[in-house]
Amino acid sequence: MRQQLLVLCLATPNPTSAVVAWSFFDGTGGTTTMAGDADQPPYDSVLAAMKDGWRVLQVPVVLAAAPGREHDTGPLPYEFVLEKLVDARGRS
Amino acid sequence: MDVVTPARDLLTSRQMAAFVAHGFLRFDELVPPDMAAAALAELASGAGPAPWKEGEPQANNAGRPLAALWTDSPAIGPILRLPRVAGIIRSLLGPGALYDHHYAHVIAPHQAWSQPWHADAVLDPRPLAFDIQLMFFFHDTPREMGGTMILPGSHLRRVNELEISRLQNFRGQLPTVCPAGTLIAIHHGIWHCGQPNRTDRPRTMFKLRLGPAGRQVRCWDLADLGHPDVVRTLRHEHPFTGSQARLELVKRIKLWRYLTDDATFDVDYWLGRMTEKLV
Repeated sequence: MRQQLLVLCLATPNPTSAVVAWSFFDGTGGTTTMAGDADQPPYDSVLAAMKDGWRVLQVPVVLAAAPGREHDTGPLPYEFVLEKLVDARGRS
Repeated sequence: MDVVTPARDLLTSRQMAAFVAHGFLRFDELVPPDMAAAALAELASGAGPAPWKEGEPQANNAGRPLAALWTDSPAIGPILRLPRVAGIIRSLLGPGALYDHHYAHVIAPHQAWSQPWHADAVLDPRPLAFDIQLMFFFHDTPREMGGTMILPGSHLRRVNELEISRLQNFRGQLPTVCPAGTLIAIHHGIWHCGQPNRTDRPRTMFKLRLGPAGRQVRCWDLADLGHPDVVRTLRHEHPFTGSQARLELVKRIKLWRYLTDDATFDVDYWLGRMTEKLV
């Protein structure tokens, strides 16, 4: 079996909210992906991906801002990681 | 001696607000075709000051005034001294801009690999002051040639270099597709990546990083400072920011206060309500 990873960053920590950034990594080697290769996300939300068979591996942890850093932003905070297990040819 | 730049060559307040909101400004066909062609020839010759590179003692120009460099250059120097280019630099950085480094990014034909998303240099602790990077595209750059992809509105987010590289695509990402002679001025913090060159011609992008010599306060043409488009532009929500869009606006308000030297400036009372209730 091979693992495929889908990284979806959402507008909020809610898995039904909109995808704002994404990546796909294919453990079968059948698909090569890279920065800037798509204008539209593969799913509208994490929930939509789950309905298509993706399993959630990671949900974002929401922490209170440190005092004095309430307005800081950095890497996108609401990142979900999903997986599919497929055979070496990419079949579920 | 610093030369006074006529207002017509400076940025407007609306353009400065766009830089604060989006992290970049684009000027199509700013460099005349003959100068652009000469610049490509100069870059190909290897002339001019050495770009920064560790271990090369001749590359010791970092921190020197820009005005002291490219003085004998046949093309790059005259381009940097074009009134409009000089006005852009002065508007964003103030007088006496300091050279940081430069590099001619030449992407070979049929380069299929994309550079991962990143922010340049290392995480910069300056709360408000900023450097700029001028990106010159001296030849036509169609989408199949790249060019540099940027994420508008990402410039005020604190990330270190490649730690955003796990993500491949963002809503709102913007590839540079432009005619010859285009200049894009970016905030040093903007997220970006070089795109593949699928043509049979090399792609060249000349990058020059500059820093301020002092406070970057009210250095542009202030005639339209009160124009409603200033606030309208600062309010713009970039699609990748999600529920952090208001935090981005708060940071822009703080940056606009710095640039205008106006500690009372606000948009929709976002900072006002905190300031008055915290004391």
